[in-house]
Amino acid sequence: MKKLALFLIAVFLPLNAWAVDVERVVSSGGIEAWLVRDHSNPVVSMRFAFEGGSELDPADKAGLANLAASTMDEGAGDIDSQTFQQVLADQSITLRFTAGYDRFSGQVKTLTENLDQSMDLLRLAMTEPRFDAEPVARLKSQIIAGIKSDSENPGKLAYNALYRTFFPDHGYARDSDGTVESVEAITHDDLRHFVKTRLARSNLIIGVVGDVTPERLGPLLDNTFGPLPETPATQRAADTSANATGRLEIIDRAIPQSTIVFGHGGLKRDHPDYYAALVMNHILGGGSFTSRLYDEVREKRGLAYSVGTGLYPMDHAGVLIGSAATENARVSETIDVIRAEWARMAAGDLSEEELENAKTYVTGSFPLTFTSTGAIARVLVAMQINELGIDYLDKRNEYIGSVTLDDVKRVAAQYLRPDALDIVVVGKPAGIVPRP
Amino acid sequence: MAKAAVRLFVVALVAIFAWSNAAVAGVFNPKTFWLDNGMQVVVLPNHRAPVVLHMVWYKVGSADEPAGKSGVAHLLEHLMFKGTPKHPNGEFSAMVAKHGGQENAFTSYDYTGYYQTVASDRLDMVMELEADRMTNLVLKPEDVATERAVVLEERNQRIETKPAARLREQANQKLFPKGHPYGRPIIGWREELAALEREDALAFYRDHYAPDNAILIVAGDVTVDTVKRLAEKHYAPIPPRDLGKRASLIMTNAIEGGETVLRDARVKQASWAQSIIQPSLTNGDPTRVAALEVLNELLGSGGTSRLYRALIIDQAIAVSAGTYYDQGARGDGRFAFYASPRPGVTLDQLSAAVHKEAQRLLDEGLQDDELVRIKKRMLADAVFSRDAMKTGAWTIGGALAADHEIEDIESWPERIQAVTEQDVLNALKAVMDEPRRITTKLLPNGEGDGA
Repeated sequence: MKKLALFLIAVFLPLNAWAVDVERVVSSGGIEAWLVRDHSNPVVSMRFAFEGGSELDPADKAGLANLAASTMDEGAGDIDSQTFQQVLADQSITLRFTAGYDRFSGQVKTLTENLDQSMDLLRLAMTEPRFDAEPVARLKSQIIAGIKSDSENPGKLAYNALYRTFFPDHGYARDSDGTVESVEAITHDDLRHFVKTRLARSNLIIGVVGDVTPERLGPLLDNTFGPLPETPATQRAADTSANATGRLEIIDRAIPQSTIVFGHGGLKRDHPDYYAALVMNHILGGGSFTSRLYDEVREKRGLAYSVGTGLYPMDHAGVLIGSAATENARVSETIDVIRAEWARMAAGDLSEEELENAKTYVTGSFPLTFTSTGAIARVLVAMQINELGIDYLDKRNEYIGSVTLDDVKRVAAQYLRPDALDIVVVGKPAGIVPRP
Repeated sequence: MAKAAVRLFVVALVAIFAWSNAAVAGVFNPKTFWLDNGMQVVVLPNHRAPVVLHMVWYKVGSADEPAGKSGVAHLLEHLMFKGTPKHPNGEFSAMVAKHGGQENAFTSYDYTGYYQTVASDRLDMVMELEADRMTNLVLKPEDVATERAVVLEERNQRIETKPAARLREQANQKLFPKGHPYGRPIIGWREELAALEREDALAFYRDHYAPDNAILIVAGDVTVDTVKRLAEKHYAPIPPRDLGKRASLIMTNAIEGGETVLRDARVKQASWAQSIIQPSLTNGDPTRVAALEVLNELLGSGGTSRLYRALIIDQAIAVSAGTYYDQGARGDGRFAFYASPRPGVTLDQLSAAVHKEAQRLLDEGLQDDELVRIKKRMLADAVFSRDAMKTGAWTIGGALAADHEIEDIESWPERIQAVTEQDVLNALKAVMDEPRRITTKLLPNGEGDGA
């Protein structure tokens, strides 16, 4: 009886009627940005990304993109490192770069009154970074300390091992931070070469949110990004796929709890089945407190505090990866439960009610993050990178809404392969043996 | 993540109080009122997206636990998702998710909170659920056993597998007098946690969960009238309990202090810290508290601070260095120095360099425009703090639940603006003279001292 009540609650797609007005701004110099105006607070957030990230780092210079990201804001043009940082601090300007596998990204967040100055500093950082010896040595020492600190983090150990087995001959096998040796090997010339060859207008994507008009933004885009070369001098890395064969690797550490990371290939963002896979993953392990893995591993058995899966559509390969952490004695049981859920979903054991609940969550929760300028700007960049169209925010509910039970069953049967799951365990697990 | 993020520090809280410029009064400009049963309601309208954040904060945290029952506040927080007669079997989370909502909960020393982010037309639904579990929780013995196992795994994940967390846990006992609740971990000692029973959780629930011990905060796309109407419907019918005053946490007894060293083969980067008892908003003169905030900013926050410049740039002996100040506690506050060495540098060298830099500030005073620049930056942070819907809700919730006032937050800009150079130096002098302090050293296995 009590369960039945759940069915009777009217379910519709929340926020259907809400429209965010995304404007395409093209400067006279031909630089495009997507803009959401919001004049409620005197703040402007800009996010931008250049396609191609640490995937392109030379193997012996792994961490190059990350070191460039860390040092480009440490002095540029006539402004030395400390002065540059002091101006940012005094004007309360956030200006920073980050390097991911697929992208070299940046963000600026500023009071409207400092917008012009922020953009001048951004242009200088991208076109005339100094890479003086002191800040480069300092940031190297900090990055290396971070690599050392992380080197015994169970999650980091496990994920890095999984990516190495998935992508033995690809940049994805390397940690974006690099290694102690590879970071030490990076030179001033490497950094200069990085900036000259990687940042260009043709591989640039920009999202802006906040207290600015298209009329003001246009000239700022030209001033800031206009001086960049037309095209990058480097090619993207090759496409690949996750090489998962059902391996089980144990990384022995004397800790009371084992971290388990597991996964295999998934699909890329432009795949026609992407939305069906997104819904499937939500049911399997994507929901915070409602997924099958959450129920079976945590709620019913108390095996773990955190358990879940994620669909990671990278540019050159898609992966489906999950993780859990449990006491050493119960690792074997936890892996069995996870494999069984993988198999149950693959076999098509799935109800219409689960599908509908997943769809209302995946549609309804999307706008919940639209509550700061930076968060919206990040979505604007993702929409352009993935070529989703400027009307994506209006269309997304339809894309999810049209996923059928048959779609999810078909995708589950095709992509969920319990026997091919590669598993990495960090800890002192009992009752399991490695499988190469 | 998850039901039960143990917040060891009040993260967003007071550190990001902020606001625009001195001419404008207030920071978040919240609207507040009380229901007849004593429940305080705070509304923070923000219409950027058709979304609301609904939070209920209870004025009870791990510091309110009975002796020997450490971890019960946090275990109860987990158990609050189990069910009521009206919404049994984990229906709470299922309904929130089904409506596209997101939710979580957290426990700190001073408070416990529950929140959901939902489309604004679902506010009625989440209020109904949250009000229902304020007094109608039902716990099955097997639910308690399973959830206790989950929390033991959480303890493994957050503490036992992390040398730095184990060190913090050990050292905290020496910063507070024997038996003081701030000296024990929020998540609980392993043995005590493992022994918690269903009745412990229910007793704690009965003793502390009531409308007159709770604060409702709603931020986002909502009006005061709507919140008032819905709060009257869902929360007002719950009878008050008149639970009495919380015991003071201000320290009166001596502490052990001293140095705590943890060596572990898994430590690959050494670090040093010193935590010093200082007044909080609860027991501090407001001028001194504001001066400590300014001191924290100029001495140890960010890449232009004095410690960063001295240790990381000029002397090149550290990879990180800074300060931390927690003024939001219900008990005493803490001011801390921390640093991590470059290769070849010992922790004692680092410690000496930090103290030398602090002494130099005391001896030489501030540079000409240093105070003006720091204040300008701190006050500008306020504009940014209004950018995200959640910041005001978290900041005000944390303050009220730790027995501070909305005014403590809204008058923050004026207090910062009024800080003088002498105030900053007096505050620093008091930090340096304070005997109640602990030192922690995290080191790799072996004999060395970080070099």
